[in-house]
Amino acid sequence: MAQETQNAIQNPIIRVRDITVQFGATRVLDGLNLDVKRGEILGFVGPSGAGKSVLTRTIIGLVPKVAGSIEVFGVDLDSSSTSQRRNVERRWGVLFQQGALFSSLTVRQNIQFPMREYLRVSQRLMDEITMAKLTMVGLKPEVADRFPSELSGGMIKRVALARALSLDPDLVFLDEPTSGLDPIGAGDFDELVRTLQRTLGLTVFMVTHDLDSLYTACDRIAVLGNGKIIAAGSIADMQASQHPWLRQYFHGKRARAVMG
Amino acid sequence: MSGDPKLERIAKGNALALCATGTWTASFAPVLERMVADAEKLAGGSQSIFIDVSEVAKLDTFGAWLIERLRRSLTQGAVEAQIAGLSANYSSLVDEVRRVRATPVVDSSAVTITGMLEQIGRAVAGVAGTVAGLVDMLGAVLAAGFRVLIHPRSFRLTSTVHHMEQVCWRAVPIIVLITFLIGCIIAQQGIFHFRRFGADIFVVDMLGVLVLREIGVLLVAIMVAGRSGSAYTAELGSMKMREEIDALRTMGFDPIEVLVLPRMLALVLALPILAFLGAMAALYGGGLVAWLYGGVDPEAFLLRLRDAISIDHFIVGMVKAPVMAAVIGIVACVEGLAVQGSAESLGQHTTASVVKGIFFVIVMDGVFAIFFASIGM
Repeated sequence: MAQETQNAIQNPIIRVRDITVQFGATRVLDGLNLDVKRGEILGFVGPSGAGKSVLTRTIIGLVPKVAGSIEVFGVDLDSSSTSQRRNVERRWGVLFQQGALFSSLTVRQNIQFPMREYLRVSQRLMDEITMAKLTMVGLKPEVADRFPSELSGGMIKRVALARALSLDPDLVFLDEPTSGLDPIGAGDFDELVRTLQRTLGLTVFMVTHDLDSLYTACDRIAVLGNGKIIAAGSIADMQASQHPWLRQYFHGKRARAVMG
Repeated sequence: MSGDPKLERIAKGNALALCATGTWTASFAPVLERMVADAEKLAGGSQSIFIDVSEVAKLDTFGAWLIERLRRSLTQGAVEAQIAGLSANYSSLVDEVRRVRATPVVDSSAVTITGMLEQIGRAVAGVAGTVAGLVDMLGAVLAAGFRVLIHPRSFRLTSTVHHMEQVCWRAVPIIVLITFLIGCIIAQQGIFHFRRFGADIFVVDMLGVLVLREIGVLLVAIMVAGRSGSAYTAELGSMKMREEIDALRTMGFDPIEVLVLPRMLALVLALPILAFLGAMAALYGGGLVAWLYGGVDPEAFLLRLRDAISIDHFIVGMVKAPVMAAVIGIVACVEGLAVQGSAESLGQHTTASVVKGIFFVIVMDGVFAIFFASIGM
């Protein structure tokens, strides 16, 4: 068991090797390699249309790949059995770009949906945990009985995060969590992700465009370009990089404004 | 490092001490809840209460909340239960759940008699609302139609032609096929039963009158309500859901003029054409069966058809078609624009569109039958 623990610490939580994804004749990802370490917040950036969302969706199994392998929690997702895969899915949470809340369910039902499916918990405990999750993501308990169509954009993101966290996952995928939020709301959200990562020991895979998020929330940054990871490292490494896109991204007007 | 969770009482003089061990996570939630419920009974009579969590191997929100729940229920009067031995890893999680408000907001949707009566009342009021909505839409469409007549340049020809293609041209194969088959069936049944009286030839009268006056247009209208009415509702509904209709409005466009009018016009033009094609296909199918199955040769069939039916029968059928199209279109557009934010609502309104569309088509058909009978057509 000690050996196992040792491996768990050393092995990356997500291990992507030589992934190729193709839509018709266009190759979106071309032999991409990526490791995500346990307990870190990885910021994932790249130009629009470079395939950031495609990579996320490939890892969680929504987009088929042509070649390569993906291991999550040490389980190869291609050769795993259905029950193994179910087990992996139970341990990750996904926040989609638009929230993807079930529009015919209330906030409470949305958050309890995965619990009902995977856990055998009393209704009372589910209600209490729902309140705990709502408090954690900074929402008032009153929103629990509202429908997604009655929420603001920022609230939808928070509820979606609460749903992604409802089973206490070890790993969370966030697809542009701060897009469409005002700067204060976005800042709060970054802070929230940081706090949750500390309290719950999460590993976070965050696709983002937000420079503030990269500076304040992320431990490590990976940059996607031409279907590959062109750079990965700390924010200081990114600033030191000579790659033209990175130079433009981290030394442009907006970057200077963020860095003050 | 893991193990079944336990909650044990440790003797400690006047104080109540509980020691939690093992894995306190969601997967053990049923066991944990039972243990916590048992431990809650120990409350009272102690000077001080401690919950020792130093031996907990793993803690998540579920476990942390259950410890917090225990702490709250053990806290009585002046005696406050303390959590001891909290490791640094988990202290922020426990602090986090401590902020949660104690009583969850309860769902207040219990079934009561007054509630049921209220629902009946709302449903009845809803019927009046439906009729008002239809009249409202009819007025809006007519007003938009007049505006377009005055300013013909604002008419959306491309859109109208596109919808004509969708509801008319693409519907031709299925409409012709089904009406053809219905014609065949009517003729076959007619011959089968009329033959006993030696009245084979009267099947032509029945077929002609039935198809031209009623079946042709009614059947086609029902199919169009199912095929195009539902499509209109779903299109407008999803546009409503994604705020596309609000976007149009803010740009100074009238959604009725841009979205509803071309659809209505396409439907009003399409239904007579489809009804005509349907009637012809049904007559053809009937004639074919009469010839092959009943031995009525085509010449005799046509001769009898000419005697049996007058142009009135045909006109009666054709006059009904555009009116039915308008009813289907108005119902579909009203339902589409009434869609709220959820996918469920879209489904409900699409269903309502087809059901109401067919209902109103049949009601209209009855009204027309009375009208034509009283003017002697």
